[in-house]
Amino acid sequence: MTLHTFKRHVRESIKSLGRNGWMTFASASAVTVTLLLVGVFFVVMFNINHFAKKVENDVEIRVHIELTADSRQKDALRRQIEAIPNVKEVRYSSKDEELKRLIKSMGDEGSSFRLFEQDNPLSDVYVVKAAHPQDTVKIAKQIETLPFVHKVNYGQGTVEKLFDALKVARNVGLVLILGLLFTAMFLISNTIKITIFARRREIEIMRLVGATNGFIRWPFFLEGLWLGMLGALFPIAALSIVYYNVYQVYEQRVSLPFFELLPFSPFMWQLSALLLAIGAGIGIWGSVMSVRKFLKV
Amino acid sequence: MIEMQDVYKTYPNGVVALNGINVRIKQGEFVYVVGPSGAGKSTFIKMMYREEKPTSGTIMVNGVNLAKLKDSKVPLLRRHIGVVFQDFKLLPKLNVYENVAFALEVIEESPKAIRKKVMEVLDLVGLKHKIRSYPNELSGGEQQRVSIARSIVNSPKIVIADEPTGNLDPETSWGIVELFEKINDRGTTIVMATHNKEIVNATRRRVIAIENGKIVRDEAKGEYGYDASYV
Repeated sequence: MTLHTFKRHVRESIKSLGRNGWMTFASASAVTVTLLLVGVFFVVMFNINHFAKKVENDVEIRVHIELTADSRQKDALRRQIEAIPNVKEVRYSSKDEELKRLIKSMGDEGSSFRLFEQDNPLSDVYVVKAAHPQDTVKIAKQIETLPFVHKVNYGQGTVEKLFDALKVARNVGLVLILGLLFTAMFLISNTIKITIFARRREIEIMRLVGATNGFIRWPFFLEGLWLGMLGALFPIAALSIVYYNVYQVYEQRVSLPFFELLPFSPFMWQLSALLLAIGAGIGIWGSVMSVRKFLKV
Repeated sequence: MIEMQDVYKTYPNGVVALNGINVRIKQGEFVYVVGPSGAGKSTFIKMMYREEKPTSGTIMVNGVNLAKLKDSKVPLLRRHIGVVFQDFKLLPKLNVYENVAFALEVIEESPKAIRKKVMEVLDLVGLKHKIRSYPNELSGGEQQRVSIARSIVNSPKIVIADEPTGNLDPETSWGIVELFEKINDRGTTIVMATHNKEIVNATRRRVIAIENGKIVRDEAKGEYGYDASYV
C-alpha cells in the first residue's frame, strides 16, 4: 500500500465519521456506555485485587516457642521450619520485641502494658511467611507438630473465609466483565452494520471499478478504530475525574488502616490505556465483522 | 475481445436465465443488446464483468476465462472493463471530480496522474465546467456523462452499458449515444443493452437480440426488434 493510499484511507475514514454523524454518535455511545460500566468494574476489581494481595501478604504464621527452649533448641526448630516446603521466610522476634509491638499496636491505651516490661509474660516468636498465601494453613498445621512449639497462630478460621470470599469476588467480577464486553461487541457490530448498510452503494461502486477487498476494508477498519477510541474518551475522562476525587477524599478523611485505594498514578493511566485498547478492539472487531458480509462475491 | 461458448445460467431459485449462448464480439465493435425484460439480457451483460458466474460454459474476456476466474482476481478484471448503469450509480456525497477520481483512487493511482486523467475524461464528456457540482445539482444526462467518464477514466478496452438511456428523455439519450460513439471511435469495444428503438434503428450497428435465454438474432447493421415484434 502506498503512502497516498494510506492517507486516503485515513482521510476517508474520518470524513465518513462526519458524514454518518448520527450513526457515529450511536456507535460511539454504545462503546461509551459499555466502557463506562466495564471501567467501573475494573476499578472495583483492581482495588479488591489490590486489597486481597495486601491481605494475603500480611498473612503470617506466628509460632510461639516454649519458654523452656534454650537457644540450641530454638535454632533446631528454626531449621525444621525452614525445611518445610513453600516456607518463604522465617524471622525471629524476641519476647521483648513482641511486647513493644503489642504496646505500639494498642496505641494510646498501650502504655498500660508498660507494666509488663519488668516481667514479660510473652514468649519468643518465629514469624513465618509462606511463599504462596494459600499454603499458610498447611504449613501452620505442620509446624504445630514440631517440638518446642507452644502455640501456632495464623488467624485460624478468618484467613480461610477471607481467601474464599476474595476468590468468589474475583471470579464474579471477571465473568461480569467478560459478559459486558461480549454484549458490547454485538451492540457495536450491529450499529456499524447499519452504517455499512447505508453505504452498500459505495461498496458496490468500489467493487465495480476494481477495488480489492482489502482496499475496501481499510477505511471501515479505521472507522471502527476511531469509533472505539472516540467512545473510550468519555469513560476515561469521567472515571479519572471521579476516581481522583474519591481517592483524595478517602485518603484525607476516611482512610481505614486495613484498606487502601490504589494510588491514582499509575493505576488510572494503566486503566485508561486498557479502556482505550478495549474500545479500539471492539470497534475494529465490530466493523470488520459487519463489512465481511458485503464483500462476498 | 469477448467470446462466449455454450454459456448456461440457472439461478439458485431455478430460473433459467441463459440457455446456451454462443457469441463473439471483436475488439472495437459497437454492439446493441436488445430483448424483452426478463429475457436474460441483464444476465448476459453481467456475465461479461463477472457479476454473475455461468453455470456452465466458457466466457473469454481479454484472454481470461471468467468462468474459472478466482474471486480475488475479479478486481483486476474490472479495471479493464468500464460499466455504466441506468441509475448512474454515482456517490451523492462526492462532487463530479471526486466521483470520477474515485475509480482511480481505488486502484491506487498517484494523485498527479489522477488529476490529469480525470480532467481529460471530463473534457471528453463535456463537463469540465461542472467539476465542483454534486450529482443532485446535475440533470440526468449530465449525471450519466459523469458515470461514463468514470467508466472510461482508466482506459478500459471494453465499456459495458446496461440501459444507459433508460432514465433519460430522447434528446438527452442521443447525446449519450453520441458520446459512446466517440468512445468507440478511439477503439474501445462498446456493449450496450437498450430498449431505445429509434437509436438502434438510426445508428445501424450490430444488434444481438436475446429472448428466453437464447440469441434469436445477431445482425450487423441491424434494426431494433426481437422475435415477437420483429416480423
